[in-house]
Amino acid sequence: MAANLDQIFIHLRDWLVAFLPVVLRPATGVLLSVIAIVCVFPGLFALTTVFERKGLGRIQNRLGPNRVGPFGFFQPIADGIKSLTKEDIVPLSANAGVHFLAPLVLVVTVFMGFAVLPMGRNMVLVDMDAGLLFFFAMGAATELSVFMAGWSSRNKYSLLGAMRAVAQMISYEVVLLLSSVSVVMISGSLSLPKIVDAQNQYTGVFPHWYIFTPWGLAGFIMYAIAATAETNRSPFDLPEGESELVAGYHTEYSGFKFALFFLGEYLAMFSISGLGTTLFLGGWSAPLSFLTFIPSWCWFFGKVMLSIFVFIWMRGTLPRLRQDQLMNFAWKFVLPFTLLDLMVTALWRFMGDGWLRWVVCTVILGTAYVFMARLQWRQKHIGPRSYRYAE
Amino acid sequence: MNFVFYLLAALTLGGGLAAVLLKHLVHSALATTVAFAGLALLFLQLDAQFAGFAQILVYIGAVAILIVFAILLTRGSDLPKGGVFSATWFVGLVIAAGVFAVLGWAVLISVEALPQQASVPAVTVHDIGIALVGRYVLPLEIVALLLTAATIGAVIVAMHEKGAPK
Repeated sequence: MAANLDQIFIHLRDWLVAFLPVVLRPATGVLLSVIAIVCVFPGLFALTTVFERKGLGRIQNRLGPNRVGPFGFFQPIADGIKSLTKEDIVPLSANAGVHFLAPLVLVVTVFMGFAVLPMGRNMVLVDMDAGLLFFFAMGAATELSVFMAGWSSRNKYSLLGAMRAVAQMISYEVVLLLSSVSVVMISGSLSLPKIVDAQNQYTGVFPHWYIFTPWGLAGFIMYAIAATAETNRSPFDLPEGESELVAGYHTEYSGFKFALFFLGEYLAMFSISGLGTTLFLGGWSAPLSFLTFIPSWCWFFGKVMLSIFVFIWMRGTLPRLRQDQLMNFAWKFVLPFTLLDLMVTALWRFMGDGWLRWVVCTVILGTAYVFMARLQWRQKHIGPRSYRYAE
Repeated sequence: MNFVFYLLAALTLGGGLAAVLLKHLVHSALATTVAFAGLALLFLQLDAQFAGFAQILVYIGAVAILIVFAILLTRGSDLPKGGVFSATWFVGLVIAAGVFAVLGWAVLISVEALPQQASVPAVTVHDIGIALVGRYVLPLEIVALLLTAATIGAVIVAMHEKGAPK
């Protein structure tokens, strides 16, 4: 029963495909999987917007949306209808072709990333040998769409927002890639299902997730920071800092094109959380060995939604960084620490089994963290605070 | 198979031609991106996954962004008054044609020199990795050194000189 429930979507697909002649079966199977991805994640997006607005409301001591449907849960439907029926305004001096293409490029490339994520046992659309590389290649292509949007709007706020976004995404993409490289070094594969398989083992009741190793924990924290910056989420949401840039690169977008940007941003959050889950949190494997009876896809989506919850929590808690703080943080703290983590991973790989490598790796990473934090704290020159009031 | 190849070739060539012929510099940069994407798809069509994805990651994710940044930061995005074509376009054309002829000749020669392989060798990422740090480790290290030197050089060029007014 548990095994059946685990594979229910695979069985459903096979059952549907079996109605067709043999020639059409492989293509239809792929098509059905694509349709599932294209339906499930925007559905999750709609759900997440409600949760985000309600959660932020709670954090900020207000109610959040509560008018449409029970407890305001139909709010995304109302929002969708609104953005569909709104007038689509293209600025007169905008570069119409590029302006039109930018949101499409964004959504298409973000959707492509889902193709290689294993969302459950046997639930991966394409098991590519270089799956991780494919994911990052698609992530790199989204930067271009952000630039296209900002440049083609012919608006200085849009352009400034796009420049900020691209500079930030390039800086943190280095960290994102390097922190994933340590996982590749240990698992010895760029294929995401194989990386999950490597973590789907248990010692006693505890799993072999990479986050439960010293290098994995450090790598995961660096990955999480970089992922937050990549998706332009608070506290790294300078590209759309409302107080300075109106809305950043999508200032001049309205109606459904704006909705596409909104969708793209959330889909990027899902896909990058999915990748983080796959790399460090054991993908679809259960957190304790006696919990394996719960279907694998429940674990995957549960972990993704947990990451999304942390994203929302951070947004409600942390203030926005300044541009120079953002860049200094990336190049002077996160990147050196990730490089060190890469070295420690190599050490871990070649020290063999035993408790010694746990002690050595933890000590190296802990000392480096304390040392770097102290050093940078000393360079800060934080003087007494001064306040200026309007007169 | 053949049809897909011609489609991708048309995409790549179209992107390249547009990059040369379009008036607006940013449009040219975006057209170059299309050409890069076409090349990446050609790699993928040849079952060279690693090369194809690396092409997208490096060329679209980094080189294209670098190009548009350079255009925006150097005020090149305004349309030049005297037209976009250089006065020495004919010389450029001759040199380009010469380079193309040499490359084409080399490729055609190599078809006869190398024995025709019956099947496509299956190269996994694992094999590429082993080859990179095994047989080709010296070129890899040289490239790494060169890139490091270039990075340090770029930082030195961008640095404020001590004592000089900022």
